[in-house]
Amino acid sequence: MNEITCECGHINPEGTVLCESCGKPIEKNQHIDGNDQKELLNMRYDGSARRSQTYNRTIIDKIWNFFSSVKVGVWLIVLTLIASAVGTILPQEMYIPPNVDAATHYRDQYGLLGQIYYQLGFHNLFSSWWYMLLLAMIGISIVIASIDRFFPLYKTLKKQKPKRHELFMKKQRVFGTTESDQVDVERFKKNLKKNRFKVYEENGHILAEKNRFARWGPYVNHIGLIIFLIGSLLRFVPFFYVDEFVWIREGETAMIPGTDGQYYMKNEEFILETYDESDERFKEAIQKQGGPIPKTYQTDAVIYERTDEFIPGKEPELKEVKTASAKMNHPIKFDDYALYQASYQLNEFKEMTFKIHDKENEDSNYGEFTVDLTNPKSEYELESGHRVVIDSYFPEYEMKDGEPVSVSKYPKNPAFVFHVYPPGETSPETSFLGIGMNIDATGENDYKLGLVNFDVRDVTGLTVKKDFTLPIIGLGGAIFMIGVIQGMYWNHRRIWLQPKENGVWIAGHTNKNWFALRREIDKVIDGTHIQKPVDQYEMKD
Amino acid sequence: MGDLSTLSSNLLYAAFFIYLIATFFFGGTIRDKGKGKSRVAGNIGITITIIGFLTQLGYFITRWIASQHAPVSNLFEYTTFFGMMLIFAFIILYFIYRVDLLGLFALPIALLIIAFASMFPTEISPLVPSLQSHWLYIHVTTASLGQGILSVSFVAGLVFLIRQVDQTKRSKHTSWLEFVIYVLFATIAFIMVTSIFGAMEYEAKFQAPVNGQQAEITYGVPAIAGPADGEVISEGAMGPLFEAPAWMRGQDAAKKLNTFLWSLFGGLVIYGLVRLILRKRVAAAIQPLLKKLNPELVDEVSYRAVAIGFPVFTLGAIIFASIWAQQAWDRFWGWDPKEVWALITFFFYAAYLHLRLSRGWHGLRSAWLAVGGFGIIMFNLIAVNLVISGLHSYA
Ligand code: HEM
Repeated sequence: MNEITCECGHINPEGTVLCESCGKPIEKNQHIDGNDQKELLNMRYDGSARRSQTYNRTIIDKIWNFFSSVKVGVWLIVLTLIASAVGTILPQEMYIPPNVDAATHYRDQYGLLGQIYYQLGFHNLFSSWWYMLLLAMIGISIVIASIDRFFPLYKTLKKQKPKRHELFMKKQRVFGTTESDQVDVERFKKNLKKNRFKVYEENGHILAEKNRFARWGPYVNHIGLIIFLIGSLLRFVPFFYVDEFVWIREGETAMIPGTDGQYYMKNEEFILETYDESDERFKEAIQKQGGPIPKTYQTDAVIYERTDEFIPGKEPELKEVKTASAKMNHPIKFDDYALYQASYQLNEFKEMTFKIHDKENEDSNYGEFTVDLTNPKSEYELESGHRVVIDSYFPEYEMKDGEPVSVSKYPKNPAFVFHVYPPGETSPETSFLGIGMNIDATGENDYKLGLVNFDVRDVTGLTVKKDFTLPIIGLGGAIFMIGVIQGMYWNHRRIWLQPKENGVWIAGHTNKNWFALRREIDKVIDGTHIQKPVDQYEMKD
Repeated sequence: MGDLSTLSSNLLYAAFFIYLIATFFFGGTIRDKGKGKSRVAGNIGITITIIGFLTQLGYFITRWIASQHAPVSNLFEYTTFFGMMLIFAFIILYFIYRVDLLGLFALPIALLIIAFASMFPTEISPLVPSLQSHWLYIHVTTASLGQGILSVSFVAGLVFLIRQVDQTKRSKHTSWLEFVIYVLFATIAFIMVTSIFGAMEYEAKFQAPVNGQQAEITYGVPAIAGPADGEVISEGAMGPLFEAPAWMRGQDAAKKLNTFLWSLFGGLVIYGLVRLILRKRVAAAIQPLLKKLNPELVDEVSYRAVAIGFPVFTLGAIIFASIWAQQAWDRFWGWDPKEVWALITFFFYAAYLHLRLSRGWHGLRSAWLAVGGFGIIMFNLIAVNLVISGLHSYA
């Protein structure tokens, strides 16, 4: 290391721009902060020796210097910002209807724009590798830029002495000279203390300083950001993060996914309430909406824990853990898990009962059978000797390209192709039945099936979450907030006073809000006969 | 209860006029000679502003009681509240820096925002389940306060630009500045067109296919752009000059485009008239009135507003929003357009701070950034709600 000894005797590390002790500009290093071209000193990091400004030989130096540059940092932020904005032009893939093909969806819905959007991967922007890479680079940049600045700045502020070099004083933005033998230094010090400055003195040289801690604000908030990013990364570790979804029908008990078979839940009842349409307050709004507006929906549930060993196929032994309701904004919490009311399906068909009658006579009856729609049997024997075979079952029936298909496995719009074997017959009659539809395939049937009865129930959709990253993310957020407030709501201010043969010199520095600093200086020189310093900076724009 | 909501809207009207009066007093400070001597007009101005603010607070509280939930749940309520927060932020910064002329710009912009808000449906609406949380109030009020403070930065930035941009020759600066002023005029045009045709109870019904089904679409202003493949069904209604392109989606897309076009043309008309009267750039005409302002002081106000507003905005729009989203939708962040635009705002002001602090972007550049930031805030408030709708869709 090529240390530099200043004329004040202080030994500075290589790359120092202003002596850590007296602030004298160190010759040959003034190009580093651009001081050689300017009238005023660049006080951004108090002229401390920053690694990024000192070495640029090895590849590591170059990487370090790249990431510690604020210019690069701002570019990264701006690129992320623009990418994010583009990502909102069309809906992200997670917001398009499920069970459609993304490739065709974007093309059909949004034409050429949609196709380009899809092909460039913008439909999944926020989990794309290059968006992640941008965030990661911001993270790296924050770490390196902070280390590069924090330690030198910390050391320099610690080593500063009240006695400053003349050049340092003159080249401060706020500077003034007073020629008078009446300067009241005692009063000046008293004023400073009244304004909550800490006053250091050395042979009549005065350094008054306040809110140095505000200088650490950026570093604190950057640490918060890093903790936040680490927390988000941990979501990729399964131990930290479970995210599952389950549909449970009313009356049903189901295993809660993501809990390794340990927990079960029974859906006692699903309740949907809507706003009263005659309510004076909301009448107008409800009319405009043109339909009922939901007020609450919730699932009354019982949570069970399995007490026996897990053996495949064996009925579990369950012990009740708690009864609770999952409601929007009020998840059920148990163990480390939370169940969120996420979705619901009203009036899903549970059972349908059919009867067989003569085609011509609605009132005849050859017997009834009931189909359990979640678990239909393939064959039903009636006492009259008729046999009904389910040839096809479409839980959620739709016609697509002239073919009947089911768009989901949930019985929302059930339809069947039944084969009816009259007693003793080996060739069946075929009927196609659905809601509001009863088709005789050949037109030659003798018998007809009729819907006698059906049962519906609600289904609740719950998300299952376990998230150990939340405390980490929360901690990151809290530290970030502390850091920004620390840096934004307080300013680091310093005022120097130097005794001269006949009078004094005064200089001031702040890391922001110069007007407020000048006002404060006006207050502390009040009644001291010190002349008001001038702001040597002129707005050039 | 009916009385209470009437009282509430009357208070809002009252606040509107009080702000208007306060604007004139701040206008009166132009003639104050020298610095700090005669502060009479300014003192009256700020006092009236505070009275106006309290009146609007009265509107807010009575409406809260009437609807039994915090009135920040639809576009009208939210935007009005935003206007109120802008006034509040102005009052704070006034007491730090006492720049009278800031009021001459901050109040009209708040007035524009409140008038703009009133163009949207104002009836009290019930809260859907996901909004029934205390975090809704906490999140929306803090986020809005943050945006209000950041908007003061825009106001100061605008004042700075009008004061500082060299008007002797045409430049990029002068053109953009005129464009910003034009946008303000277009907003006025939107308010005028909507209220005039609203008062006339103008209505034109169209029948047009929406997502493959015939639907009826009612225009409140005459159609320049009709719905694609639409047919006029009201008698005597003006037919559209052209049809909206078919790729614009949604029931109201064509209607929104139509209103947008009206605002753009209306803005052009107002701007043209003003130019005709002034016979120079609008900013050039205002510039002499601001001569006594210290540009550095205005620059600092603009920056200070960001310094104060950024933490508040982050707390409200990012942190509280995440806590609420975690409870309501089981994920604290979902990349919903509204969330993404809050993040964009956050990134933008982070970039602003870094550019200013470490790269010395002061003065003009910093002022332009403040204008851009306000653009992003307004985009999130209006365009994301009306155009890119997501989970948050208020309107
Ligand atoms: C979105 C991410 C970021 C946020 C929210 C953020 C936030 C902040 C804030 C609030 C400040 C304080 C400004 C002030 O004191 O007025 C700051 C300062 C700073 N930031 Fe960042 N930052 C981010 C990313 C970065 C990156 C990528 C870099 C890398 C170059 C960086 C480098 C710095 C530096 C060098 C300072 C000044 C420190 C000083 O005054 O000593 N930041 N940042």
